[in-house]
Amino acid sequence: MAQVSMTVNGKAVSGEVEGRTLLVEFLRTGLGLTGTHVGCDTSQCGACVVHIDGESVKACTVFAAAADGAEITTIEGMANADGTLSVLQQAFQDHHGLQCGFCTPGMVMSAADLLKTNPSPTEHEIRDWLEGNICRCTGYHNIVKAIQAAAATMSGQAQAAE
Amino acid sequence: MPKDHGIGASSKRREDIRFLTGKGQYTDDINRPGQLYCHFLRSDVAHGRIAKLDTAAAAAMPGVVAIHTAQDLAAVGGVPCGWQVTDKNGEAMKEPKHPILAEGKVRHVGDPVAAILAESLEQAQDAAEAIELEIEELPAVVDMKAALSGESLVHDDVPGNLCFDWEFVQENKDAVAEAIAGAAHVTRLELVNNRLVANPMEPRAAIGEYDAARDEHTLWTTSQNPHVIRLLMGAFVLSIPEHKLRVVAPDVGGGFGSKIYHYAEEAYVTWAAKAVGRPVKWTASRSEAFLSDAQGRDHVTTIELALDAEHNFVALRCHTLANMGAYLSTFAPCIPTWLHGTLLAGNYRTPLIFTNVQAIFTNTVPVDAYRGAGRPEATFQLERVIDKAARELGLDPAELRRKNFIPPDAFPYQTPVAVQYDTGNYGATLDKALEMADAAGFAARKAESAARGKLRGFGLASYIEACGIAPSSLVGALGARAGLYEAATVRVNPTGSISVFTGSHSHGQGHETTFAQVVADMLGCDEGQVDIVHGDTNRVPFGMGTYGSRSLAVGGSAIVKSVEKIVAKAKKIAAHLLEAAEGDIQFADGQFTVAGTDNALGWGDVCLAAYVPHKYPIEELEPGLEETSFYDPANFTYPAGAYVCEVEVDPETGRVEVQNFVAADDFGNVVNPMIVEGQVHGGLAQGLGQALLENAVYDAEGQLASASYMDYAMPRAADFPSFAVDHSCVTPCTHNPLGVKGCGEAGAIGSPPALVNAVIDALSEHGVSHIDMPLTPTRVWEAIQAAKA
Amino acid sequence: MYAFDYLKPSTLDDAAAALAREDAQAISGGQTLIPTLKARLAQPSALVDLTGIAEMRGIAVADGTVTIGGATCHAAVAGSAEIRAAFPALCDLAGRIGDPQVRNRGTIGGSVANNDPSACYPAAVLGTGATVVTNSREIPADEYFQGMFTTALEEGEIVTALRFPVPQKAAYAKFVQPASRFALTGVFVAKYSGGVRVAVTGASEKGVFRWAEAEAALSTEFSEGSLAGLSVPADGMIGDIHGSPDYRAHLVGVMTRRAVAAAG
Repeated sequence: MAQVSMTVNGKAVSGEVEGRTLLVEFLRTGLGLTGTHVGCDTSQCGACVVHIDGESVKACTVFAAAADGAEITTIEGMANADGTLSVLQQAFQDHHGLQCGFCTPGMVMSAADLLKTNPSPTEHEIRDWLEGNICRCTGYHNIVKAIQAAAATMSGQAQAAE
Repeated sequence: MPKDHGIGASSKRREDIRFLTGKGQYTDDINRPGQLYCHFLRSDVAHGRIAKLDTAAAAAMPGVVAIHTAQDLAAVGGVPCGWQVTDKNGEAMKEPKHPILAEGKVRHVGDPVAAILAESLEQAQDAAEAIELEIEELPAVVDMKAALSGESLVHDDVPGNLCFDWEFVQENKDAVAEAIAGAAHVTRLELVNNRLVANPMEPRAAIGEYDAARDEHTLWTTSQNPHVIRLLMGAFVLSIPEHKLRVVAPDVGGGFGSKIYHYAEEAYVTWAAKAVGRPVKWTASRSEAFLSDAQGRDHVTTIELALDAEHNFVALRCHTLANMGAYLSTFAPCIPTWLHGTLLAGNYRTPLIFTNVQAIFTNTVPVDAYRGAGRPEATFQLERVIDKAARELGLDPAELRRKNFIPPDAFPYQTPVAVQYDTGNYGATLDKALEMADAAGFAARKAESAARGKLRGFGLASYIEACGIAPSSLVGALGARAGLYEAATVRVNPTGSISVFTGSHSHGQGHETTFAQVVADMLGCDEGQVDIVHGDTNRVPFGMGTYGSRSLAVGGSAIVKSVEKIVAKAKKIAAHLLEAAEGDIQFADGQFTVAGTDNALGWGDVCLAAYVPHKYPIEELEPGLEETSFYDPANFTYPAGAYVCEVEVDPETGRVEVQNFVAADDFGNVVNPMIVEGQVHGGLAQGLGQALLENAVYDAEGQLASASYMDYAMPRAADFPSFAVDHSCVTPCTHNPLGVKGCGEAGAIGSPPALVNAVIDALSEHGVSHIDMPLTPTRVWEAIQAAKA
Repeated sequence: MYAFDYLKPSTLDDAAAALAREDAQAISGGQTLIPTLKARLAQPSALVDLTGIAEMRGIAVADGTVTIGGATCHAAVAGSAEIRAAFPALCDLAGRIGDPQVRNRGTIGGSVANNDPSACYPAAVLGTGATVVTNSREIPADEYFQGMFTTALEEGEIVTALRFPVPQKAAYAKFVQPASRFALTGVFVAKYSGGVRVAVTGASEKGVFRWAEAEAALSTEFSEGSLAGLSVPADGMIGDIHGSPDYRAHLVGVMTRRAVAAAG
């Protein structure tokens, strides 16, 4: 067992982990942050996507020990400070970008990373980016719409701020 | 103007808030104090006799609390089957025992042999490797045609591996043969409806807990129908009476059929929690799900369509081998029979239909309903053979369909395959789809593709489905061992807020929003005043759950019935308070008024009076405002539509790219258009996934070759374009109060033939007339090579 | 997963010492190894994480050579403006490995050390005649790849960097396996003043290989037309549910032509 410390959604946390403890297990079992899901064991479905130091990764394919000292953001840390939905989360609701909700945390975390690096992606770029996020409910149609809408809202906000 | 609330409004989903913030509660998110982790040792061979099973060494390993095998479960029943099919000779289907843990024999890769309970999952997995298991392998039964020879038997007491041999409509057998023999043209097609894995993104999970002081069992499980699980498991497997067994299906991450069934794992954790006196938790890995979730489809079919000289369909004959897998899953026998044979009329006035279905046991994972369930198989063969007939006869596929459609003035229409369609207008959806797909511009697009060396194809399919499952008396006559009504309790609280308890279960469908829209519309209140409760047998009345596109048509109707009763009682209370005759009370927009006067009472005043009955007709009326209804539908609902697919094929690689997909559906009245469209999108992706990508492939030894996402191709975002969907063609259902039809499965039913027809259209110049699904690049390329040779 | 010790050294020497432990195994991005561990298909006594070694990270472009540290992730290569200016085909290849999240963790050293027969990087390494730099020596690509999951690496040897000679033109054409999204067949074509190299991944039972006939033809004239009539035999090609040996052999020809066309 080893001690790990990291910042999760802005809070310093620490805990004892085995070498084999995955980051997703530490988040779900160790910290009770069950919004990050596990949908496969071959690193493909993306239900477990979180951000490590601002980059989206699959928390099922990272050891907790490897994230020692890192800044982690999970779906639980994505809402606005006042608890209201962020622009991206709101766009998913507005455009019905989720049904059963299981893949949703990973979708949101993945999309957030996309919009950070590419603030106005084309439909093709969005679909391409979602390669590592499998959804079985929506046919992706409304997820793509939601991300496009979020991009438009965010760029409008950015312009207004200028 | 679109409505902004109530029926017809695209109300935003209230459940999204918790899912978007990571606050959903799925079964694996639940942890019980002192829980043990369960791991199943599963067979790694498809067929064999258990020669040795010694758990002693494993039981002594660190953290291991108990290991159970079939021996320990001697007093426990097998997993029951919920539907009995009667074969062509009037005999009951073969129904071999499906033990919780393998008894003597293993019958598919993944068949559980032992269950290990330990303090941690890793310890349980370590112990599993220490179990001494020796299996004497037997020849695996994989191919259905070979299975019928009976050389190797999945179940020793089922000769020829034949579960049943079913004929329908038996009286028409000779007439159909005669019509085919004498027809001007007969089109024949052999095809495979490929086996699929449902793959809801949440793997199955179950937690059992036992409270010895109260003698109460609780099971949390990933189920589409907790009451059905309580009934089947309590009555047939574990002998626990209903009042001592609570089944909770909390947030469930998709089902698509695969979470309807009662599974061995949930019975085991319920049993084990009592046996060891601690809660027991099991969560499937995805790899385990591939070997233990009931799979779908897997039909091998020959279909013949006979036409007269004027191109009228005169007869249809089908023969199908339907794979049951190793054991009968809960509803398996009804899928290739009553959910399949009864749909063979499709949208057409074919007068004579006969089908023969042989259901086969094989050493593969059990097969049961998967989104559409029987109806996609019926639609696929029908829409493929019609397209082939059009091609053979040099006819426009749309015109051939139009000519044979049941005309809009022929409803109600009694088909020759038992069901009676209440309403429909198939030409309208076909016209709409062709218009949306810009059929007129196809030739130019094809030429443009050809200039780039690509082959472009245009394909269409019509579909009809029987859903809103189902009239109990009818399904009872057909072999169902359950009723298929739905229940709802509407509880008006003292201050006028409303709690609805429904037997339907939402696992992505958005019931919490849609049902609230219905209730709010009827009561003239805000949707926010209505709460929808589901998924807990201790809270909701006995109901049958969600599958077969039944939730709004059947579950919603039960809610409507209860609200009607509430309004009727509230009017009586209002009449008393307003000192008017009951007949003079009118209720609209949340107000009770006396006809012809200004006298009025608000909803809240009446609700409060019901619970604070100081001035109340107590002699005639009980206090309180709560009503329960059980709604049993008079008929199925029959959504129908037309789908158009346009593809581009790269002849060099065989890769198919979907360029455009159009769906024009008639769902009757629509409560929430946004949610309905979302249901269609999801169905389309699953149908197109079947047609293009997905395939559960077993090798000759019965090993699943596509046992993970590395080999089972799940549709990704980049595999399809955005879809064009429409539900403006409306013929309301005539027999339920909302006039609604089911919408959940349509997309998966109509899309596979539309895509395959489009690809065949693209390849027709190469002489390709059929390719079996999925139309992977390698298959398409090979078909082109074969046609060239 | 079986239990193991997790070690994250910060120097190459410490890593080499840790790897000297019996059944110790190196891990870099872990995007292939961790799923393998989950399936209990490997049982290392210790995993030695190489991503904490500073000298194994980073990108340098100088004197006609692109040098990439072994622990550099795919996303860093895909997004490198420096590499893109000199050798855009390498960025394109890296940008199509796996998915964005895998590219944020998976590393070039890990990919090359693992030598999955369907991985993309081996095609670039062999297709450019790159040099595999380890903590003890430099290995030419032509000697490095020795068949499926087999390389010239000794026990405990660490791939510290890859050195790619910058080609005049190059392209990678990948035909994806629809489930895994690995290469069902991928072809890397690179033109140098001394000739053309063609490397094929995903197709052969022996892993990545060079297609000599195509190289000879393209070295004479770098055009799609030069490939007319050339094909690889189906014998020895992978056959599975995603494609027969015949299909893969056919795809080698198609993807080679497409790579040549894309290289311009």
